[in-house]
Amino acid sequence: MLLEVNGLKAGYGPTWVLHGIDFAVAEGGVTALLGANGAGKTTTLRAVCGMIRTEGSITLAGKPIQGKATEDIVRLGVAHVPDGRGTFMELTVEENMKLGAITRHDKGVAADFERMFELFPRLKQRYRQQAGTLSGGEQQMLAIARALLLRPRLLLMDEPSFGLAPLIVQEIFGIMARVRDEQQVAILLVEQNANLALEIADTAYLLETGRIVVSGPAADIRQDESVRRSYLGY
Amino acid sequence: MNGFLHQVIAGIATGGIYASVALALVMIYQATHHVNFAQGEMATFSTYIALTLVQAGWPFWLAFVATIGISFCIGVLIERVLMRPMDKAPVLTHVGLFIGLVLVISNLTGWVFDYTVKPFPSPFHDGPLFGGLVTGHELGSTAVTLVVLGLVYLFFRYTRLGLAMRAAAFNPASARLVGVRVGWMLALGWGLASGIGAIAGIMVAPVVFLEPNMMLGILLYAFAGALLGGIDNPGGAVIGGFAVGVIENLGGTYVVGTELKLTMALVIIIGVLLVRPAGLFGRVVLSRV
Amino acid sequence: MASETTTPTVLASARPARPALRYAGLLWAIGIALLLPLFTAESYRLFQLTLAAIYAIAILGLNLVTGYNGQISLGHGAFYAVGAYVAAIMMDKFGLPYWSTLPSAAVVCGLVGYGIGFPALRLGGLYLALTTFSLAVAVPQILKYKGIEEWTGGVQGVLVFKPDAPFGLPLSNDQYLYLLTVAIALGVFLLARNLMASRIGRAIMAIRDHGLAAEAMGMDAARLKTSTFAVSAGITGLAGALSAIAVEFVSPDSFQVALSITLFVGMVVGGVASIIGPAFGGLFVVFVPNLAEEVSKAAPGVIYGIILIAFLFVLPGGVAGLLRRLAARLHR
Repeated sequence: MLLEVNGLKAGYGPTWVLHGIDFAVAEGGVTALLGANGAGKTTTLRAVCGMIRTEGSITLAGKPIQGKATEDIVRLGVAHVPDGRGTFMELTVEENMKLGAITRHDKGVAADFERMFELFPRLKQRYRQQAGTLSGGEQQMLAIARALLLRPRLLLMDEPSFGLAPLIVQEIFGIMARVRDEQQVAILLVEQNANLALEIADTAYLLETGRIVVSGPAADIRQDESVRRSYLGY
Repeated sequence: MNGFLHQVIAGIATGGIYASVALALVMIYQATHHVNFAQGEMATFSTYIALTLVQAGWPFWLAFVATIGISFCIGVLIERVLMRPMDKAPVLTHVGLFIGLVLVISNLTGWVFDYTVKPFPSPFHDGPLFGGLVTGHELGSTAVTLVVLGLVYLFFRYTRLGLAMRAAAFNPASARLVGVRVGWMLALGWGLASGIGAIAGIMVAPVVFLEPNMMLGILLYAFAGALLGGIDNPGGAVIGGFAVGVIENLGGTYVVGTELKLTMALVIIIGVLLVRPAGLFGRVVLSRV
Repeated sequence: MASETTTPTVLASARPARPALRYAGLLWAIGIALLLPLFTAESYRLFQLTLAAIYAIAILGLNLVTGYNGQISLGHGAFYAVGAYVAAIMMDKFGLPYWSTLPSAAVVCGLVGYGIGFPALRLGGLYLALTTFSLAVAVPQILKYKGIEEWTGGVQGVLVFKPDAPFGLPLSNDQYLYLLTVAIALGVFLLARNLMASRIGRAIMAIRDHGLAAEAMGMDAARLKTSTFAVSAGITGLAGALSAIAVEFVSPDSFQVALSITLFVGMVVGGVASIIGPAFGGLFVVFVPNLAEEVSKAAPGVIYGIILIAFLFVLPGGVAGLLRRLAARLHR
């Protein structure tokens, strides 16, 4: 397992939002984290990359990363497409993308830029523009490109469909499927749109008020009528 | 007419000093939303270091570079030791820390280097040039200031480290998520600001002479310049600094006389806050009450 | 930083009579402590204590606006200076009695404070700190200005004389002045305490802690802030007037930016957002530099700075906060 999480508690103030959860993300493939608003999905992603107070064990490829600083975890190959997209509004698209690769010193960066332009042609058109002027969908693409330019082993994605028009969502999920198939990266996907997420995922976990209530292969969960009715609501 | 032109040129020369200090202020403001009240004292201290090196027989420009290096380290050290642990403290605590720094540094300067007013050597040809239009030092210091400002621009615009520093200032949370060590970027910012302040101090000392309170008035003009240009806009602050230099010189010569020069800075500050609080080139000012 | 703020009024009414007796004992102790120097202290020591009381008033003024209302002023020395000059000019140029200068100084400074505070208030936080700091730096230069030299005496300043004790009281000038200053200080401290315990006081603190919410609840934040600033400037100006009478001299160089910084340091050391804190602050700013000056001319400044930073790190509640913590421990 690439990422293994055991007994993870996490929270912002004195209280915990996550009450000890266990889950794992395999090398390659997509793992989905589902649940309603406030279930603790975003909190889980933030906990994995050290943005908030945590307890429990988190290991990346066998090495413990719990309690490390965010920038150190990122440097181990964990990229994060955060809630709200995290665009550097004042900087250009080019600079936003360069920031994605800011920790890299290898020769492959230029080729990866080309690949991003191929995945997201719009970013090439907007290359010199200030990122704050991009549309929501373009900013989401920029956030994904920025994360991929790290050449991560693990990509954390927080609600990539949030607030976007259905067509754009389709486009983004299509790109995600391509990334999954063509690149050596494991994706941990947080989604409220369970139907969409289960289509692309191999494994899924279902969070409810800070606890994992269901887990298993994504296909099984899709088929399980009762889970769908009581937790996913479709 | 020649007199007027000379006043404008002299204003640009001092404006360069204000622009440098204003830039130093804005760099720290952008990254932390705090105004470093000790920026002037730090620069004065640096200037004394430069004088000590020159008097010890170092060639001027070697002393110049060494002083910038030492000042850079002092800036980094202050951020790491004093500011970092108080990262999340309220504004009042930060203002208190800055005031504490002002007290310690200015009195330490007096203690170590004594309070007497000292002449400071100029590295440039001394005396009037082009028929008295400009002095050698004015020309030289303006050139140095412009080169420094240009280098700072190139650094932030075109280097990896500069980009990381800007990212850390604009959006620290996102910067961490791409692996930028935000804490160190702040420390570097302090170091750079301190180094730029040192250059301003060394360039102005031959004109105003060196004493522990040398930078106090200059800091005031730098405030005025930064506010005039927009306190969150480095380019604006630089332009504001030059503008304030010219305004000060012309106003001092033709309007209020030299004895109320500091008051003019105060008037500019209040004027900007009343008429255009965001400054000429600034974005919307967020009230942080 | 302000735990004593809202509780006192609530507790006082609910408390049985016995603690009131204890309070009475405390009051007697304070009263005796305040009067004792009259009989024991030599005249220079008494003068220093008078100054400490004056600084305490000035710091209290600063604390109202900075501590309680959250508007950082680094230029309260300017109001102190204006108060001192108002008193000196009234006495020297118009031959008016010393006591008439005190309310006049307070009113004039209140108006000046209103005028200075107004533009920066709307922007809050750092802008006010910046403007007031600039004001503090500019003040000596303004006082030296040739155009008003006729009144201010320019660089020379103005000489005034200490008043004699009235009604033939058997007190020296220094003793009388001490008594007068302490009485005024007690009055001002009591007024400030009552103000902060009142509805207006709670509104003043609400604006500091929850600016937007306070405004949403219908408070006219801008007006309250400007008024607080004016009252604060007035109190500090009153202290300035007293200082002119006590020192018998005003000149531009006594009102450098260092004065404003001194008041700020006194506030932090005494206790931010505390009524009693400024009393400790006043004692601190008078006596600590005296001790430190024996080391070197620069030492007071360096020691001031280090103490200020140390307090911010270790004792952010100042001396008053420390005492409050000790008292809470004793009660348990």
